Amino acid sequence: MTSFLTYFIIALAIIAFVQIVRIFELATKLKGGQKIEVTDKENHYNALAMLVLGLGFVLFVAYSFVLWGDLLLPESASLHGAKIQGLWDTTMYLILFVFFVTHPILFWFTYKYRGRKDNTALYQTHNNKLEIVWTAVPAVVLTALIVYGLQTWNDVMLVDTSNANKMEVYARQFDWTARYSGNDGELGKSNYTLIGGVNTLGVDSNDIKSHDDKIVREIHLPVNKQVLMKFRSQDVIHSAYLPHFGVQMNCVPGMNTQFAFTPTKTTSQMRSELDNDEFDYVLLCNKICGAAHYNMQIKVIVESQEEYDAWLNEQKTFKELITL
Amino acid sequence: MGDHEHHHEETFITKYIFSQDHKMIAKQFLITGMTMGVIGVIMSVLFRIQLAWPDEGHPILEALLGKWAPDGVMDPNIYLALVTIHGTIMVFFVLTAGLSGTFSNLLIPLQIGARDMASGFLNMLSYWFFFLSSVVMVISLFVESGPASAGWTIYPPLSALPQAIPGSGLGMTLWLVSMSLFIVSALLGGLNYIVTIFNLRTKGMTMTRLPLTMWAFFITAVLGVLSFPVLLSACLLLIFDRSFGTSFYLSDIFIQGEALLQTGGSPILFQHLFWFLGHPEVYIILLPALGITSEIISTNARKPIFGYRAMVGSILAIAFLSFIVWGHHMFMTGMNPFLGSVFTFTTLLIAIPSAVKVFNYITTLWKANIQFTPAMLFSIGLVSTFISGGLTGLILGDSALDINVHDTYFVTAHFHIVMGLSAIFGMFAGIYHWYPKLYGRMMNKSLGYVHFWITFICAYGVFYPMHFLGLAGLPRRYYSNTAFPMFDDLVEISELVTVFAIVGSAVQIIFFFNFFYSIFRGKVASQNPWRSNTMEWTTPVERIHGNWPGDIPEVHRWAYDYSKPGMKEDFVSQITELQDGEEEAH
Repeated sequence: MTSFLTYFIIALAIIAFVQIVRIFELATKLKGGQKIEVTDKENHYNALAMLVLGLGFVLFVAYSFVLWGDLLLPESASLHGAKIQGLWDTTMYLILFVFFVTHPILFWFTYKYRGRKDNTALYQTHNNKLEIVWTAVPAVVLTALIVYGLQTWNDVMLVDTSNANKMEVYARQFDWTARYSGNDGELGKSNYTLIGGVNTLGVDSNDIKSHDDKIVREIHLPVNKQVLMKFRSQDVIHSAYLPHFGVQMNCVPGMNTQFAFTPTKTTSQMRSELDNDEFDYVLLCNKICGAAHYNMQIKVIVESQEEYDAWLNEQKTFKELITL
Repeated sequence: MGDHEHHHEETFITKYIFSQDHKMIAKQFLITGMTMGVIGVIMSVLFRIQLAWPDEGHPILEALLGKWAPDGVMDPNIYLALVTIHGTIMVFFVLTAGLSGTFSNLLIPLQIGARDMASGFLNMLSYWFFFLSSVVMVISLFVESGPASAGWTIYPPLSALPQAIPGSGLGMTLWLVSMSLFIVSALLGGLNYIVTIFNLRTKGMTMTRLPLTMWAFFITAVLGVLSFPVLLSACLLLIFDRSFGTSFYLSDIFIQGEALLQTGGSPILFQHLFWFLGHPEVYIILLPALGITSEIISTNARKPIFGYRAMVGSILAIAFLSFIVWGHHMFMTGMNPFLGSVFTFTTLLIAIPSAVKVFNYITTLWKANIQFTPAMLFSIGLVSTFISGGLTGLILGDSALDINVHDTYFVTAHFHIVMGLSAIFGMFAGIYHWYPKLYGRMMNKSLGYVHFWITFICAYGVFYPMHFLGLAGLPRRYYSNTAFPMFDDLVEISELVTVFAIVGSAVQIIFFFNFFYSIFRGKVASQNPWRSNTMEWTTPVERIHGNWPGDIPEVHRWAYDYSKPGMKEDFVSQITELQDGEEEAH
């Protein structure tokens, strides 16, 4: 019954709406068929709406940074994240500047130059000087931005990793596994055909370097120490995304990818900064990979070197794992 | 075509179904596109409801999705399927075929002064391939294992392996069949548009006198013809991988307890092929909308479009650049950092011609005499969304900045505003403006105003807050945001977005009502209701086969002589001869 009533009311509302519109139509017809399609009055009200709502939107954009600003990710907790921050700020200022200049002009012009019967527009086809200026200025600004961007990109991607801790992050539907190189500092070889039983990563036990590798379900990183994360995937494309460090890299089956970075804040430091005792860094999947994509995550803990060493020592080596 | 004016009697079938008249084919594209649009938008409302209120049961979800939403809570697989099909439908079926197909067909012969397309038959085939493709896509929604659900970009291996996701079974096969048919349609249409614009311009219609709509459609067709075949080959190779055991895209995969035999392929190869179409595709969608609004803004500002040559130049520059920027979709695939640098460079260059276009639009409004028709409102809306959405491209196109926003809601916000909203606004503008050429009647103006204002507010209401979701680190295509404590604070924004999405979608009912009501009951249009210069307004209101009853008129001037001093009226049709001593301006 209620649903019938709802439909009934909706139907009535539509009919009422149609009737109102028709009355409007008839009224304009009675006033005499005008030659032009839009009256001055309509121009005026639409122009006014454009000005008010348009500027309202511009103001809301400004206000939104206050309203939602604290939802944004905290300042990046990695060395390269700080470098990117500079580029980010520069680009943001540029974008906001252009937005806050062009939008009010657009809405102001639409209001100011609203049509009136006795008005005539200016006949103006082009202005070479002006056009050269507004081609050249964006060109110069963008050149600067491109140069700055490329420098930052190279700074982030082309880093010396000879002294980095090497580890592997392994993706599969729908979880992550980490593998640490043991005392030799090298990861053993692996092959997808070797996957089976406890050897979930297909690590090659014939490779002597693999024997001291450690396979774990939690990522621990020592603070202020560069880590070279190598990524592999077992089945489909995944993407390892560590939002708090400004790190992202796809994990592609049949390919090895990597990303080197240096965390600069321990988990406990971040907890006190954010005033949130339950905060944890996380590595999550950021490439559509199937039903449980939305919940494919692994905890990341950044701690002091001593804590890290102690934790790593407790973990079983690959050799212990397969001989059990 | 000159002697084809007096056609023999047409039957219902040749007139309305297998029609070869470009105006009828335009209507067929439009109606099919609109139908697909309804499906695409309803899907988005459904998954927005699930995203905003994930744990509550929604009877509407259960009613529409049946076994996929037990107790009204969506299954993650159908969520991904809805996201996938929503994207596919909106990008290809609505904003490519629905927009380009409709207006290229309608306007190219009319605006260049031709009786019809170069090949009416190919044109008809183009529509029917599109129709078939739509039918197959809709059928794929009813497959038992569910429709394709690997995202509209269908990256393998996810899209190649039914073991990975149920949607990669029959649903994916049908998706690929549908897209292959679609590409055939796009190619037949595109070739026809190019040939027609090159060969069938009326006397005096030089390339530099073409209205900007024609330039935009022409370049769009070139982009399509050059890039769609690459997607076709990508799809064919994927079909081989899926069905015949080849390994173009597959290598070293262990899934469901089984090590697959395929080795040596690369999933990244698919991404290169896909985005080689995929990025030009963005401009295949956007350029027609920009062309349409250039025409509408100039007409309703009663002022020549500012910097015609710069507008043409920027279309050409954007089109050229669009072919060498595809890699910015792949910054995070582990590509060589040097390659990333190259794509950052080319990508950010696109901002220059885009900025020129924006400045020219704004200057066209300066000292104008703006007539606020619904079409004009949507065009101004487009300028706004083109700026807002384009600017965030400076972040996403910059590889270093992309690292932390790649594949987050920031991307969703960016492309929906700059491509989705701009193109759909262009499409609405075009429908309101050229409705008299489609049906000989006017759409209701007051309903048009209501439609625009609510749509405009809701459009920003949906997509502006998404930037913040992205900057909070929320990945796109997440079925639920509840698995991470760090996203708990985002619930309110998520709900806000959904409310705007529901209202914004519901208000389209007004548009549909207006559209169909006006076909039968709308005010009968006069020959040139907007007092426009272009040639389509010199044809009779009755829209006859062959377009002009007598000879095709000759063109004597460019399309933008609005408010020219010394003229009787504030517009001068392109077919009006130059007066003594009058100079043709560019």
